Amino acid sequence: MERAVEPTPQLRLALAGQPNVGKSTVFNALTGLDQHVGNWPGKTVEQKTGHFCHRGHRVEIIDLPGTYSLTSGSEEERVARDYLIGDSPDAVIALVNAASLERNLYLVAELLLLPVPVVIGLNMVDVAEVHGLHVEAPVLEAALGIPVVELVASKRRGLNELVDAAIAVTEAPERFNPNRPVIREKHQPVLAEIESLLAGRTPAGYQPEWLALKLLEGDPDVAALVEAKVPEAWEAIYAILAEHEDAYLDIAGGRYDWVARMVRAAVVTPQRGATVITDRIDRVATHPFWGLVVLLAAMAVLFVVTYFVASPAAGALSSLISGGFSDLLRSAMGGAPDWLIGVIVDGVVGGAGTVLSFVPILVVFFAALALLEDVGYMARMAYVMDRYMHWMGLHGKSCMPLILGFGCNVPAVLGTRIIEERKARMLTMMLTPFVPCTGRLAVLVFLAPAFFGAAAPWALIALVGGNLVILGAVGTLVNKLVFKGDRSAFIMEMPLYHAPNGRTIWRYVWRNTWAFVKKAGTLIVIISAIVWVLSSYPGSTPAESVLGAVGRFFEPVGALMGLGDWRLIVALLSSFVAKENSVATLGILFGSGAVGAAEAAGAGLAMKVAAVLTPAAAAAFLVVQMTFVPCVATVAAIRQESRSWLWTGANLGLMLVVAFVLGVIVYQVGSLI
Amino acid sequence: MTALTELSSGSRAVVAELPRSHGLAKRLISLGLTPGSELCVLSNWGHGPLLIEVHGARLALGRGQAARVSVEPLALASPNDPASVDR
Repeated sequence: MERAVEPTPQLRLALAGQPNVGKSTVFNALTGLDQHVGNWPGKTVEQKTGHFCHRGHRVEIIDLPGTYSLTSGSEEERVARDYLIGDSPDAVIALVNAASLERNLYLVAELLLLPVPVVIGLNMVDVAEVHGLHVEAPVLEAALGIPVVELVASKRRGLNELVDAAIAVTEAPERFNPNRPVIREKHQPVLAEIESLLAGRTPAGYQPEWLALKLLEGDPDVAALVEAKVPEAWEAIYAILAEHEDAYLDIAGGRYDWVARMVRAAVVTPQRGATVITDRIDRVATHPFWGLVVLLAAMAVLFVVTYFVASPAAGALSSLISGGFSDLLRSAMGGAPDWLIGVIVDGVVGGAGTVLSFVPILVVFFAALALLEDVGYMARMAYVMDRYMHWMGLHGKSCMPLILGFGCNVPAVLGTRIIEERKARMLTMMLTPFVPCTGRLAVLVFLAPAFFGAAAPWALIALVGGNLVILGAVGTLVNKLVFKGDRSAFIMEMPLYHAPNGRTIWRYVWRNTWAFVKKAGTLIVIISAIVWVLSSYPGSTPAESVLGAVGRFFEPVGALMGLGDWRLIVALLSSFVAKENSVATLGILFGSGAVGAAEAAGAGLAMKVAAVLTPAAAAAFLVVQMTFVPCVATVAAIRQESRSWLWTGANLGLMLVVAFVLGVIVYQVGSLI
Repeated sequence: MTALTELSSGSRAVVAELPRSHGLAKRLISLGLTPGSELCVLSNWGHGPLLIEVHGARLALGRGQAARVSVEPLALASPNDPASVDR
């Protein structure tokens, strides 16, 4: 796919396919780096566009969202359908997975009803062969009457031929005459009746046959369109539809009949008995007990890698920035006023350091997500966890982000995008900050021994366990109150296991990490700079600063939780920048100098703090610390993922309320004991 | 006719009726579960979601959803039918 120089008219191709057909692999292989990721206008669905040159043609390719059908059940389906009808690309490349051809051709059956030529990329023929399935592409091509090209996209095999075939159909669209699915005889008269009612009044861009079929299928969008644009015929049409409410079952059944006819000759059925690899792995991976063991082992490996690779790298990056680079910058800015040096070095560069220190952890977590998804294990994980997640109104897939949360809430929030349904995704996102991350655990481990002495391990367990109980309670409650218990159905495809594709994983890691640095990073840097100003002005010590004043202002509120000392409140507020900041702030405010690796000074600090707190207040402080608003990076991630300030604000508010209520309860009850 | 959740691992059946909820029914259909399709229960532990195979694809189905799908069980095929090999 070498780049041509001469400008020729641009061809527009759309890439369609069900999930698990290797669509991103094909898209990445075709477009390389020349791709743009954004959103479909006004939607929360991701839109990927790319460009490439092929034998002198300039091609723009749009990656449609992966959907199982086009019957307007989800936002993704609506996006795909509206694009195909409204923007009519020159051709559609329909990718199908050779290993689950029957189900995959269902989408093709729907695509063939639209006025756009289609070519089929028969992907993953290698995976199918491993599983004992052989598809005869020429036979399938003859049956369907459209070009079928065999592909192994992960090895870039067949891609040139696929694009050749797509370009060939655009050059002679009149010759495109596929074997289109027809509806079962029983409903043909009804369909004809609706068609005749629509004849001559069809809204622009639509064909009467297609509209009639979609109406009969009970498509709410098409019904709304016809009601608005053809009001004079709507009453008659509506009467017919009411009478044939169950027609959609027949129409879908008819499509599968058609698919069965298409594949009958083309697929050499597998030899059962010789159990395929997927079955053998699944016997363990989906077992109610061993499946959990496998899942925990996978997570353990992930955290070991994070601990030994990502954390040291993160530490090195952040000390490079807060140490060497900051000093260099400070001396370079020698002549500048103090406040400017402060804002730039301590605020902006400090914030940038925070952003960069997340990068190694994000890379590891994103790579793990992409790998597990690519080999097909993610679906099994969701399957194993579904029985435990469903009472919170969560989807089996929610467990992965929540477990990631123990490492860091930021990738956990970003990881919620593996959950397709928005409702389940938002709920998971909302619960993620209740998972205690390493930052919060560090504060806990630092303070608990001084607060509770020998009982510290029990206090630790109680606090972490308590957080998980709160997570469950909040989840159940939000699900009941906000979503009215309308749990999203757990229906998921279990793809066949197959070898991972390094390029696909790498692109996923790169794209998501970069998006975080760019979008969330900006917000983090700005807020860090603002917080620095608030904690440094006016006056020269934190006690005289705006932050100190805010702390004092909230003393009466804090007193309800036994935290009537403004220094404790400021420590909590400073945890907004980064959870582990609480300790550093306490160090400054309680005057024990630099805190960090210096164990002796550290232990002394914890004792000093413990001295001003009753046991009940100490417990309350830790409970609040554990449930207080998430750090700025997590907030930025929530904002980036939910694309809604309302959700972000609601999440912050929820956590504030939970922290306050729990703090008051723990302190008041604790004081009685 | 019985609920899909009543079938044990390894049994085969034909889908008879889908849930009345159109939204759910349409999702099931797009994943291959139409009335008249033959399915095979890959695993059903009596609790938690089910694994089934239909139209050449494997699906996980929440227990609540599976309970609302009615099926007509197929008699266990003769031992020489390789498709009925016990899992």
